[in-house]
Amino acid sequence: MSILVYIEHAEGKVKKTSLEAVSFAHALSGKTGEGEVVAVALGTVSADELAAVGKAGAAKVLHSSDERLNAGVIQAHATAVAQAFAAVGAKTLVLAKSSLGDAVAARLAIKLNAGLVSNVVELPSTSAGYVVKRSIYTGKAFAETTVTTENKILAVKKNAVDLKTDGTEAVVENLSVTISDSDFASKITSTERATGEVLLPEADIVVSGGRGMKGPENWGMLEDLAKTLGAATGCSKPVSDIGWRPHHEHVGQTGVKVAPSLYVAVGISGAIQHLAGVNSSKCIVVINKDPEAPFFKAADYGIVGDAFEIVPKLTDALKAEL
Amino acid sequence: MKILVCITHVPDTTSKIQFTANNTKFDTTGVQFIIGPYDDYALARAVELRDQTGGSLTVLNVGEAETEPTLRKALAIGADDAIRVNAFPKDSYFVAKQIAHYAKEGGYELILMGRESIDFNGGMVHGMVGELLGMPSFSPVMKLDLEGNTVKMAREIEGGKEYLEAQLPLIAGCQEPIAEWKIPNMRGIMSARTKPLNVVEAVTQKTQAEASSYQLPPAKGSVKLIDKDQVSELVKLLKNEAKVL
Repeated sequence: MSILVYIEHAEGKVKKTSLEAVSFAHALSGKTGEGEVVAVALGTVSADELAAVGKAGAAKVLHSSDERLNAGVIQAHATAVAQAFAAVGAKTLVLAKSSLGDAVAARLAIKLNAGLVSNVVELPSTSAGYVVKRSIYTGKAFAETTVTTENKILAVKKNAVDLKTDGTEAVVENLSVTISDSDFASKITSTERATGEVLLPEADIVVSGGRGMKGPENWGMLEDLAKTLGAATGCSKPVSDIGWRPHHEHVGQTGVKVAPSLYVAVGISGAIQHLAGVNSSKCIVVINKDPEAPFFKAADYGIVGDAFEIVPKLTDALKAEL
Repeated sequence: MKILVCITHVPDTTSKIQFTANNTKFDTTGVQFIIGPYDDYALARAVELRDQTGGSLTVLNVGEAETEPTLRKALAIGADDAIRVNAFPKDSYFVAKQIAHYAKEGGYELILMGRESIDFNGGMVHGMVGELLGMPSFSPVMKLDLEGNTVKMAREIEGGKEYLEAQLPLIAGCQEPIAEWKIPNMRGIMSARTKPLNVVEAVTQKTQAEASSYQLPPAKGSVKLIDKDQVSELVKLLKNEAKVL
């Protein structure tokens, strides 16, 4: 018996959130005795990179290098993962929440007749039934969810467990999968991806700006701050609505939900919809000239003052310290 | 073309979330319910596509009688008729099974819904319905155009987007900016009263992962304010106290 983890990779690197999912599965197996953790990777990625998944807790990585799987075709990935699940005799599939992961997991729930819990925030409790804690109401509450099926799928939220880094290299084995043409019925014609930048949903530090930044031309100072911190940049909904920043940077209830260690909000008042997207952050810093801004109530640290003065000073202070 | 839009009946995004009955039920006291914001985008795009193709647009909700005003609002926005599956939406699987059954029965070629509900945030129902019906499913879709039987879409991925093409029939979980939200006008509101709203029964009671109890996150401590002329103090606190640098 083993626990299967579906891992994703981009630009030749296994995603950090996928490594967290491997660590989650490793800790879960320690609790349930489900045996070794086996990861499944689809598409072109190097054997060395996959062997390194062992550090996060996987004993083995099954790899299908079928090039048709390079594009994240949802149906085809679901079919391949279902075959890996059967091949290793798993009862539990763990994966990181993501754009592709969510879509694949939903189809697998039906294929595997598996109870699926999304936004999982900690290891399940198995003392009375199989109870999984998940985040609901966009982080404003939690639900204890009882899974009643034999097969289970857990889509893990970022930061649910600490990333394990002290494991040994994993054995990488070839996985052969049979995928029908109908699974490739949809065709990905092109992909636009911001390259070389820290991706917002996966970032450990996020610097966001709101309407208090007064215009898109002033984003340079936030980008400087973000660069100094190794952070991704985000924005509030009004900012993406008026087109100062692209939609994929919109943080909030109907945008990207982030869960970084540090969230720095500049010139954002803190509407409840924005807070819903950031309330899983470990530490929140708010910079706003209005001392009554509601965001201060949700913050750990705050500075009341003009962002145009404070942000460059903060960047300089960080450069001196880091 | 026959279009189906599945909507959720959820608390307004500004609602204070509280629980009752020993933390086993959502407290609806003083809460205003709305069409799920993502579902609202799906509905808006569906109205445009219905007008473009001259087909029909049905809206469906799995919920008890109190969700009818939400369905009426969808009719006012432009749906032609509504289906309410008379059952409490117990989990994603339960909801997906109901939708799959009635979608198949109605022979819908395009099934749209929000990328996720804003109460349970699972984002799973569209994929489950797709698998149950053997149709491709896509989410989160931010652009969807029809050219004959070909559907051209943009799907949001981490840090960007992916453009794709597929053939009808298919299912999409939608999000902005697929269309602008539509606000019902007086004519829409008047006509919604007489449009058909059919109540049907649940086809199965099976569930797989039901919520059994709820919790609120621990209260946040008060903010530590730092003087605007002592910015380096903040850096020290982040490093030594919060330990996030």
